[in-house]
Amino acid sequence: MRTPLSKVRGLGAAHSGTGHFWLQRLTAVANVPLVIAFLIIIVSLAGRGHAAVIGKLANPLVAVIILAGLISILTHMRIGMQVIIEDYVHSEGRKVVAVMANTLFTFAVGLVAIYALLKINFGL
Amino acid sequence: MAETKIQRPLSPHLSIYRLTPTMVMSIVHRITGAALYFGTLLLAWWLLSVAGPAGQFEFANSFFASWFGQFVLFGYTWALLHHMLGGIRHFIWDTGAGFEAHERQFLAIATLVGSVTLTIVVWLFAYFLRG
Repeated sequence: MRTPLSKVRGLGAAHSGTGHFWLQRLTAVANVPLVIAFLIIIVSLAGRGHAAVIGKLANPLVAVIILAGLISILTHMRIGMQVIIEDYVHSEGRKVVAVMANTLFTFAVGLVAIYALLKINFGL
Repeated sequence: MAETKIQRPLSPHLSIYRLTPTMVMSIVHRITGAALYFGTLLLAWWLLSVAGPAGQFEFANSFFASWFGQFVLFGYTWALLHHMLGGIRHFIWDTGAGFEAHERQFLAIATLVGSVTLTIVVWLFAYFLRG
C-alpha cells in the first residue's frame, strides 16, 4: 500500500530511494575510462626505476587521472561492499559494525593513496 | 529487541538450481569485486613506496617483481578486466536489451573469453615495453 505522500517522496520500502543504485552506476561509468587509463599508466611503468616512476606520477595529467580514479573507484567499491554485507550479514549489530568498518577501510586506503600522490607531486 | 523464532517455510536456495553460465558469471562478478576491494591496499602501498625513500621503493618493487608478486598482479589484472566487462554487460541489461536466453548465454561466455584475452594482451604489452 502506498499513500500519495510516499509516492511523491519516491523513497520506496527502503526509505532511501534510488540514490545508492544511481551512484553505483555513475561511478561504474566513470570507472571504465579511468581504469583503462590506470592500466596504461601502470603498464608504461613496468620495470622502471624510482626516478622514472616519480617523473610519471608527477605529470599533472597522470596525477589528476589517478586522483579521479581513486575517488570514483573507492566510492564504487564502498557501496558495492555494503551491498555484499547487507546480503550476507543478518545480525543487526554485526551488520552495523561491518558497514562502519567498510567506510573506514575505504577512507583509510583513499587518504593514504592521496597523501602519497600529493607528496610525490608537491613534497619530495 | 529479542528476535522472534517462528519457523517459516524457506524458498529454495542455490543448491537446487542447475549451474548456468549467467549464474556463474554473476557469482564471479561479486568475487572479483571483493578481491579488487582488498587489492586497493596494494595500490596504496605502492604509491606510498614511490613517495618514500629509495629503499622502500626497491622493497615494494622486488615484491611485485617476484613470482608471487607477478602472480598476484596477473590475477588482479584479470579480476579488474573481468569486473569491468561484467559491468559493461550490466550496462547493456540496463537498457533493457540482451535478456533473451541465447543473448544472456553469449554475454556470459563473452565476458569470460574477453577478460582472459584482454589480460594476456595487457601483460604482453607490459613485457614488450618493459624498461
